[in-house]
Amino acid sequence: MEDHDDINLGRRNLMAGVALAGVFGTVLASVPASAEDAGVVTGPAPDLSTLPRVKVDLVAPPGVHAHDQIAVGGPKVVEFTLTIEEKPLVIDDLGTTVHAMTFNGSVPGPLMVVHEGDYVELTLINPDTNMLQHNIDFHSATGALGGGGLTLVNPGEQVKLRFKATRPGTFVYHCAPGGPMIPWHVVSGMNGAIMVLPRDGLNDGHGKPLHYDRIFYIGEQDFYIPKDADGNFKTYESAGDAYSDMLEVMKTLTPTHEVFNGAAGALTGENAMTANVGETILVVHSQANRDTRPHLIGGHGDYVWNTGKFRNAPEVDLETWHIPGGAAGAMLYTFLQPGIYAYVNHNLIEAVELGATAHFKVEGEWNDDLMTQVQAPSPIA
Amino acid sequence: MTARPVENLTLADLLLPASLLVGLSIFSLMQMDILSLKPAEAYRGPQTIVVAPHAYEYRLPGDFQMDGVPVNGTLQQAEAGPIEVMLHQVTLADYHECVSRGACDAAEPVIRSARADVPVTGVSFDDAMDYAQWLSERTGDTWRLPTVAEWIFIAGDRAVDHAVDAVTDADNPAERWIATYEQEASRAVPADARPQPSGFFGANDMGVMDIAGNVWEWTATCANRTTLAPDGSTASVVESCGIRYLEGRHLTPMSVFVRDSRSGGCSIGAAPDNLGFRLVREPRSWLRLPF
Ligand SMILES: [Cu+2]
Repeated sequence: MEDHDDINLGRRNLMAGVALAGVFGTVLASVPASAEDAGVVTGPAPDLSTLPRVKVDLVAPPGVHAHDQIAVGGPKVVEFTLTIEEKPLVIDDLGTTVHAMTFNGSVPGPLMVVHEGDYVELTLINPDTNMLQHNIDFHSATGALGGGGLTLVNPGEQVKLRFKATRPGTFVYHCAPGGPMIPWHVVSGMNGAIMVLPRDGLNDGHGKPLHYDRIFYIGEQDFYIPKDADGNFKTYESAGDAYSDMLEVMKTLTPTHEVFNGAAGALTGENAMTANVGETILVVHSQANRDTRPHLIGGHGDYVWNTGKFRNAPEVDLETWHIPGGAAGAMLYTFLQPGIYAYVNHNLIEAVELGATAHFKVEGEWNDDLMTQVQAPSPIA
Repeated sequence: MTARPVENLTLADLLLPASLLVGLSIFSLMQMDILSLKPAEAYRGPQTIVVAPHAYEYRLPGDFQMDGVPVNGTLQQAEAGPIEVMLHQVTLADYHECVSRGACDAAEPVIRSARADVPVTGVSFDDAMDYAQWLSERTGDTWRLPTVAEWIFIAGDRAVDHAVDAVTDADNPAERWIATYEQEASRAVPADARPQPSGFFGANDMGVMDIAGNVWEWTATCANRTTLAPDGSTASVVESCGIRYLEGRHLTPMSVFVRDSRSGGCSIGAAPDNLGFRLVREPRSWLRLPF
């Protein structure tokens, strides 16, 4: 116990020194990771009553709650609350409606941000207005099916789970109440992501710290909506009424909708994301069920952790990156030109026909050196 | 905002009485078949309205540029009329008659409506031309698509000026893109793209129904790129008649074979909800013009 506290104190001191970030990165890159380096602390937990507690109010995507990129002080217990809401959601402009299952009412659920070594303490509430049993499986957690085995709650119940965030990266969380309920709940919207930042912030894998001015959370969702004999999408009285028909569509593995943040057009037009030339953005992109391949039209992935795990050096200069289904990836980019950028799933059928398109509106000065129209369109000479 | 809340009217509300409506629409189609057995003169086509002569202004459609920089099309002052035009957009029932006689291809609506009194949607420019030809033969009149200028004349107070309210900065083309994007986004009514019964969007100040609702209307006008000389005169025009303009809440160029363009994606602009049309009738003769 004493030893353990000492180690923690040592780590805290080391992490607190921002100037040491580069050195630390080098050490990690050159020395095979021991259990402690990996952050996988076994043995008795420290006395959590001595750790500071922080309560975080979550923000609906694409927003992300305020957070430090470099941890201030030592590990904390970070408290979150997720309230499960079963509710009808319109997912396109044809009024197509799904009986969604959501964490906090949004698809995806909100992004949580903590630092490596912090304790995540989640209160999961299943109000008695819901019909179904739910739980939560954190891909960032260790044991008990990611917490799913300890969090199954009926309508009218709540549960509290604490897990240690031992691995830095972006991770999916989702409902997994067992059997065929698992994919059904996930493709009904019940998923989100958590970002576990390294205590000394992001780096390029070679010791150079990376920083972002804005962060956006995009959750990509595949929906499987049954159609009637005329080919129109069907509407059901309840989630249960839709279940067997939806299962048939799910088993085709062909989504009818592939959208960002719960609906086609949820991140375009008046809801387009905004930034300025010279600003660096971090996009956390999750897909809890199905592979995706994000692409920023007219831009690049400056630094991309396509599988989302920050102890791997990011790839650089990417055109398109692959995020496997059941994972969250992260992409860092500095805007160099003003204009409208489309951020798409570069299966362009999914982007254009099924809805996986978002827009960034970027203001600033045009750089003629990077691009110029030498001759405007004119009759062929 | 992650998703739109459900509105009071759900698809279920529309589907529940579907069987009744299917019955009714079949009945109304049968009535038309009966009508068609009468002499050709008896059927004069869908109901029309005569828009009286008046002065109006409209902006020339096209991609205009000056000094290599995009600019707004020239604003024209004009007088026109009278123009006799369909009171409503061509309906599913109207169009079905042409399809059933083998003169038109089936429409490909995004949503198949249980009722026949909705505008036909999922029709291309080519489909509209086929219908116009069939209706002309059927009635002995000349029916055709309006030009953009005629459509704006007919649209009255529902016409939308597609000029971009932005100073064009030769050094920063992105400013105009952003301005266009914002303008289209602000005009995009966060509404339902489902076709509504004829008359749902009401009459304009000329009495013409459903102008600039959620069904865009094909026009006869070819897409063009016009280069203006420094004095504002036309230096060159390149016309592309494989692309025609649709009018509605905004002006949209579209390839003549496209039946559905709702999807977003890489083309950044707002897309029309549905593609449909209405026709104007050429006067038969002076004497018969009023009716
Ligand atoms: Cu669930």
